[in-house]
Order: sequence, then structure tokens, then C-alpha cells
Amino acid sequence: MPVTFSLPTVLARLANGQATLEASGATLGEVVAGVAERFPQLAPRLQDERGGPYPFVAFYLNDEDARFRGGFQAPVSDGDEITVVAAISGG
Amino acid sequence: MPGAPHGTALLDPTVSPAGPSETLRVLPLHCVVCGAEYAPAPVAICDRCLGPLEPVYSPTRRLPDAATISRRDHSLWRYREFLPLDGPPRYSLDTGMTPLVESPALARLLGVARAWLKNDSVSHPTLSFKDRVVASAINAAHALGLDTVACASTGNLANATAAHAARAGLPAWIFIPHDLEPAKVIATAVYGVRVVRVRGTYDDVNRLCSQAADRFKWGIVNVNLRSYYGEGSKTVAFEIAEQLGWRLPTAVVVPMAGGSLITKLRKGFREFLEAGLVAGRSPRLFGTQAAGCAPIVRMVKDKTEVLQPVVPNTIARSLAIGSPADGIFASRAINESGGSAAAVSDEELSRGIRILAETSGIFTETAGGVTVAGALALAASGHLRPDDEVVLCITGNGLKTTDAVSDTTRDLPIIPPRLRDLSALVEQSA
Repeated sequence: MPVTFSLPTVLARLANGQATLEASGATLGEVVAGVAERFPQLAPRLQDERGGPYPFVAFYLNDEDARFRGGFQAPVSDGDEITVVAAISGG
Repeated sequence: MPGAPHGTALLDPTVSPAGPSETLRVLPLHCVVCGAEYAPAPVAICDRCLGPLEPVYSPTRRLPDAATISRRDHSLWRYREFLPLDGPPRYSLDTGMTPLVESPALARLLGVARAWLKNDSVSHPTLSFKDRVVASAINAAHALGLDTVACASTGNLANATAAHAARAGLPAWIFIPHDLEPAKVIATAVYGVRVVRVRGTYDDVNRLCSQAADRFKWGIVNVNLRSYYGEGSKTVAFEIAEQLGWRLPTAVVVPMAGGSLITKLRKGFREFLEAGLVAGRSPRLFGTQAAGCAPIVRMVKDKTEVLQPVVPNTIARSLAIGSPADGIFASRAINESGGSAAAVSDEELSRGIRILAETSGIFTETAGGVTVAGALALAASGHLRPDDEVVLCITGNGLKTTDAVSDTTRDLPIIPPRLRDLSALVEQSA
């Protein structure tokens, strides 16, 4: 299932400078694992050593925080847009 | 894109920024999580682990003593050695040093020895503690040669960024949730800045701004300038210590949104202790949130470092951050200090606003209501003790969220302009 995977600039340089990638997988975790396999330098920034998400990194599935849909277990569909966002704060 | 309105310069190597200041510099940075070091820059995220960056202060810098600080100008810049700038600040020179007001009536209600209110509801110029962080960030923007500032905001930061930018003559882009309280929108737009209402919650606004930081050459105060911005909050701790006569309270109650303020209070008290400006034990820190958006309180209660985001559902809009990035650090600050956390309902926070006004003569916004109601809950549960000397952080002004207490006008009498009618009214109320 092809999906669009967008990276912040701080990580894009680890994906040959590409801020937007095409990726695939049945779940968010599978998509992330696939991207991590293609770009080994990017891998430890997207997932911890157990393959789980970091607390400082948010994954948005379309416009929704993936944590509301099961995190890395969230199912993805053809054409979905995944955006990686470093956690920020304020108010 | 030179000449574009409001500084819409794209991140393009052909675009020349205004140029960094020759006399003002910002400090280098390091990652709080992995320790990686960075040169001074508008970055807030570690490119190794995506952890947050903080300024690095030289351990050999010359620190002032209490007498020296006491002689300085009445602003937050009196603590300049503890702020992330090297050189004289250019903007927002008169922000800080809000009153610390003792309230014996509130102390009685709480059942504590003494209670004070750190009253940032009269902060200059925009009536919230966000003036402090923007004062730090806007000078960092100047030092880094950024000629446009921006922010993602739940309201108070929008007000502060807009006002400080207007005074500095800098263009500003302000991003807010589409359904923010009208008073906060008006109190932003009036400064002539670009206000963009984003359909969604604050967390949606925040996500957009994190992407905008990649796209535009702006100083987004709570995104790419966050490392410098957050340090301004430490001045709340410094002022509390100085205004108490160079000593520390035993407990501090703080509202929490993104979790930065309580984290920086912990850091500020620690820095003053390490500098020998105060002695004793760092205060126990107590964080409060509205029950409709309490992810950090939940972390503290559940004794976990895993933050579960929520969709906010509360009238405390200034605290409505469902995915607080500093949640982990806030819960650590609370736990390490020996404090706790409390969540209160919207009804309780509205009552908190009225209690503060009636006992202490201070009209606060919903976040302040959360602080007061939270303190009452913490007192009832035994977390605040009879021998405690407590400071409650009142972070914003009630004129911004009047709807929260609009029922106070419901039963106000209307009488003809005749003395006999007034006399009858007075007799009835006796």
C-alpha cells in the first residue's frame, strides 16, 4: 500500500535529502520499519532499539496523531499521508 | 522573497536575512537527552535523537550577588546572567518583576501557614507570563538575525508575541486555533500582525508551525527559538526568591499546558541554590490542569513516563494542549521535588477564579482558576501541609476569559435612581 511519508528538515538529510518519500506497509510500524531499512542512518531517529516510537517524536496519520489510533499498530491505507513531527511545546 | 508582505521569506540561500546582531549573541545549545552540542542557532531539536535543546551556560561565568541584583533595573533582565543571551538585550527591556502578593485569606482557606500569589496577571505589556518568554525569544531572534517572528498559541503567547513584535518593529505571524476566545484574538490582531486561524486544536496549530519552521525563515518563538524562549520562565522562580527576601517557599502551585513553566521553575530554583543566592531546600512543585485536558497529571498519578495524548475538552483554553512536549520533564520536576499534581473540573476552575478575586483582589483567567482550584484540591488531599509557605502562580488576566465567570452578573439588581429604592435594597441584603 503506497503512502506518503514526510520528514522534517532535520531528518531529511538522513534520507538523501528527501523530505517526502513513498513508502508502504499495512501498519504505521511497518511503514516506519520499511523506511528505516531503506535509510539505515535514519532508523535510530524514527524508532528506538526495540522498534518502538520515541516520546519526542510524533507521527501524524493524515491529520491525526497516530497515538489516538494505536501508535505503531495503527492501520494505514493506500494514499495515506504520514508526517513525522518533532514534539514542540508552548501555548 | 524580498519585498513580500510581513517577511514571507522562504528558506532560500539567496535570501539575505537582516544579519545577526554585532553586540548581542545567544548561547550555544546542547541536547537534554543525549548531550549532543550545537552552535548558537534557531534550532530546538537534536538531530541525533530529536530531544529538546537547552542553552549551555559557562560554569565559569561571573554571577552577581543579591545586593548587585537588587540595585539593577526593575525588570527580568536583572537576572541576565541566568538568561541565554550574551550582551545587552535590545527589546522588551521593561518586562518582569510582577508583584508577589500575600493573601492571608487564601492561606486560611488552604490551611497553610502563609500563601502568596505571583501575580503575572499584571505582567507588562500583555497581562500574562508569556511576556517573559517572548522577551527572551525576541532578543534571541535579533541576535540570530531573524527579521520576522511567529508563534503557535492558545492565546496568551499570541498576545505577547504580537505586542513585543509591534514594539520592536518586527513583522509577526501568529497562528491560533480557529475557535479561540474573542478577547484573545482581538488582543492579538490589534497590534497589526498577521493572525492566522487554523481549523483544529492547538496541537494541530503546533504541528503546522513545526512544519512552517522548516519552510520559512522565521523565528517561531516556541518552535525553533524554543531553547531560548523557555529560559524566560525561570525568572518567575528568581523573582519569587528575591521578593520573599532571598529565600524559598516550601511549595509552589503551577498551571500546566505544555509543561515548560513548571520545568523551568525547578531549574530556576536550582540555579539560585547553586549560585548561593538562596539556601535551603528547593520547593515542592505541584502541577495543576483542567480535568478535560490533564495528560501530565495522569502521568504523575500513574507514575509513568509514557504520555498518552488527549483531545482537549475544557474552558481552560490556555492550558488545552493535549500532547504536551515537556510532559515528561514536567512530571519529572514534580516527582523529583516531592510534589504532586491535581486536575479540576471546569466548574471548580470557575469557582477558583471567584475565590481568588474574593479573597485576594486578583481577577485571573481560567488557568489561574485551575491553579487556585488545584491548590484547594491539593490542600484537601493533604499534599499541602499546615506549615507550608505556598506560592500560587497566577499566569494570566481574567479580562481575557470573562465568559468563564459570566454568571456572576446574572442576579445583579437594577433599581431606579431613587434613594428609597436603594434603601430598600440595602435593608433586604442586611
